[in-house]
Amino acid sequence: MQPKAVLDLRELPDHGFGTRSLTWWGTIGMLAIESMTLALGGAAYLYLMMQQPQWPPNNPVPDLGVSTAVTVVFLLSVIPNIWLEKKAQKYDRRAVQIGLVVMSLIGAVLVVMRLYEFSHLHVRWDWNAYGSAVWGLLGLHTVHLVTDLVDTLVLATLMLTPHGRKARRFVDSVENATYWNFVVIVWLPVYAIIYWVPRWI
Amino acid sequence: MMAANVEFPRDDVSLGAESLHERLSRTWATPRGVIGWLSAVDHKIVGRRSLIAAFAFFTLGGLLALLMRLQLAGAGNRLIGPDLYNQLFSMHGSTMMFLFAVPVMQALGVYLVPLMVGSRAIAFPRLNAFAFWIYLFGGIMLYVAFVLNIGPDTGWFSYVPLSGPQYASGKRVDFWAQMITFTELSSLAIAVGTISTIFKQRAPGMSLNRMPLFVWAILVTNFMVCFAMPAVMIASTYLLLDRSIATQFFNPAEGGDALLWQHLFWFFGHPEVYIIFIPALGVVSAVTETFSGRPVSAYPLMVLALLATGFLAFGLWVHHMFATGLPRLGNSFYTAASMMIALPSGVQIFCWIATMWQGRVRLTTPMLFVIGFIVDFVVGGLTGVMLASVPVDLQVHDTYFVVAHFHYVLIGGAVFPLLAAFYYWFPKITGRMLSERLGKWNFALFFVAFNVTFFPMHILGLEGMPRRVYTYSAELGWDSLNLLATVGAFALAGSILLLFINVVRSLRSGEPAGANPWGASSLEWATQSPPPGYNFAHIQVVDSSEPLWDHPHDLPVAHGLRLDRRELLLTTPAEAKPDLREPSADPSLWPFLAALAATFLFILSIFTPWGLYIGAVPVAITLIGWFWPNPRESIEREG
Repeated sequence: MQPKAVLDLRELPDHGFGTRSLTWWGTIGMLAIESMTLALGGAAYLYLMMQQPQWPPNNPVPDLGVSTAVTVVFLLSVIPNIWLEKKAQKYDRRAVQIGLVVMSLIGAVLVVMRLYEFSHLHVRWDWNAYGSAVWGLLGLHTVHLVTDLVDTLVLATLMLTPHGRKARRFVDSVENATYWNFVVIVWLPVYAIIYWVPRWI
Repeated sequence: MMAANVEFPRDDVSLGAESLHERLSRTWATPRGVIGWLSAVDHKIVGRRSLIAAFAFFTLGGLLALLMRLQLAGAGNRLIGPDLYNQLFSMHGSTMMFLFAVPVMQALGVYLVPLMVGSRAIAFPRLNAFAFWIYLFGGIMLYVAFVLNIGPDTGWFSYVPLSGPQYASGKRVDFWAQMITFTELSSLAIAVGTISTIFKQRAPGMSLNRMPLFVWAILVTNFMVCFAMPAVMIASTYLLLDRSIATQFFNPAEGGDALLWQHLFWFFGHPEVYIIFIPALGVVSAVTETFSGRPVSAYPLMVLALLATGFLAFGLWVHHMFATGLPRLGNSFYTAASMMIALPSGVQIFCWIATMWQGRVRLTTPMLFVIGFIVDFVVGGLTGVMLASVPVDLQVHDTYFVVAHFHYVLIGGAVFPLLAAFYYWFPKITGRMLSERLGKWNFALFFVAFNVTFFPMHILGLEGMPRRVYTYSAELGWDSLNLLATVGAFALAGSILLLFINVVRSLRSGEPAGANPWGASSLEWATQSPPPGYNFAHIQVVDSSEPLWDHPHDLPVAHGLRLDRRELLLTTPAEAKPDLREPSADPSLWPFLAALAATFLFILSIFTPWGLYIGAVPVAITLIGWFWPNPRESIEREG
């Protein structure tokens, strides 16, 4: 017996942006997990802080210079990132290629700056629990930074090859931009905890 | 852009069943040969493998328990020394929690959810395959370490300072901590795929309020995984760092804090219990509905109860730490939350009883296990309410009373429903029925043996017998109850043996099951048993919560998906209105290779901190290989 067809799906589009695509849901799922991980890293820092009469214990506070420069670059990077996101939604391949190359460069610069940042913390990970908590939290954020850089590099290469003609690659570009925004947004509380909390208390 | 003016072959109803089957099978086939076997991404194959692996670990964990019971059968027994005994209980707990209970529940979801929501595949099938390999490799690593006498020996929760660098030399704890990395990574990967499947791939018309309760349960569980598992990953990573590069997170001498470990561990550990228990609730709802012949009473209340349990589960962790000297006022809050969580559980129990009351109950094996669950879980729940009270907890802390309590909750609350699920969905997965006669013996023996094993432990605990002791002296008078528990444990093993005999018998000569042997209402029963690679010849269109009861022979369908590539129908998250046709990934060897690379990284970093950097190279290479589109895919036209 032939089943009764009540719906025809052939006219449906084969990709979509935002919540319509599976890629968005996958990205958001990862972001939820990673936000939780960072929140716990922050919570561990604050918990250890509360157990101590003095914070940082016997160490100078970490330098504001490099870290604030990093923060400024992070914040400014949102501008080309959102531009890239908008262009990807319009399937502008040329602009997306340029945007991805720019974002790769920004990511690379930030990784180098991050290395400087680590050297201006004035504490090693193995000196005391304060040092461990700082390195742990900054390390967690760095993992995200590096992951997104590798991601962006791979995607930039893809977009420069004939693979980049596929409509779905533009969905990937949008989600990659979402991920970068996330890396920037979560940096702000991490920055506040590592560099400002010890100055405020 | 790129208009769909080229005509592709579609799954039109006019095509005819045979030709449709032939074309869909070709597109959705898993390749043959060793490479093909390692490349499988079909959620049914991956789910089946995960279920088999989980039951293998369950058997191993059970054998370890039998060894412990042999040792404890009489006072002053010298069969097993303290060092091996420490490893036995640590391995038993770690196996049952990390390698059996959570993976088996998630695997049920991986196998069943895409079928129950009427989709052709799970979302992110390669990630799902990767999750299986990572889980398997992590479990094998732990057992290889155990055989080499580097098995963990600090309990399933590895409290510092016992597990820290000062007191636990060697690599035992490092293997334990790295096993956590494996299993939680796997768990998180499955969670993302499962949640996406549930929100985006439901059959048209299956709005959230028509979704089977089992799918709701799996949804809540996987959300909990996303927020609970990071805590244990961060804890075990910090522990590894304390042990390998001398960070001081948990070292009080350098400003660290031992209780930080307990907070992080139990912030995961308590939700973990519900991550195991909530899918079991979903199973109970599915089985109760089918064998009562009517929908579960008060559907909205059931869903709310699942959600409430999921939320409350995150507010209870401190009740594992009542004996650590935390502020009293804080304790009262956690006592209240611990008692409160009994409410949604109670609501569900009453709804199931109401469903049975109003329906016509068929006492099949799955239904018997559900009734066994209700009885034993209520016992475990009641001792839970007792333990939520701080004075009681302080009295029986670290005694066999606690051991009795959590085995009633975990076996009563999760293994009974799991065995119900086993009997209930086995025909769908294999195409053959299990013997009902053997099944009823299996149930009867399991029910009696379970209570004989664990009920005496309540009394032993009240008499003061502590947990994790490898022996006790005769004048304490604990012999006879311990012997009774040991006899029970062997009978319990016998009943699991009956289950395995039943499986072997059924695979050889079991009665063919047909599509819907139990007369159930949800979509997984709308396709053949076992389901073909493509799950459904046509995407079903749903207009009620019990589609197969309302349309036993004439389920309306949708057509127009492409036949020449793997294509899924995506629907809107709440209403399940048709929205997109998205491709689904083909089989690939990369997930397996990426899992091998990650395994290399994890194991190497146990021995040297540089392992992280060295291991990152193959991981990056395999991940890039994985995501790089294959040439065939990129020249393919859009449409």
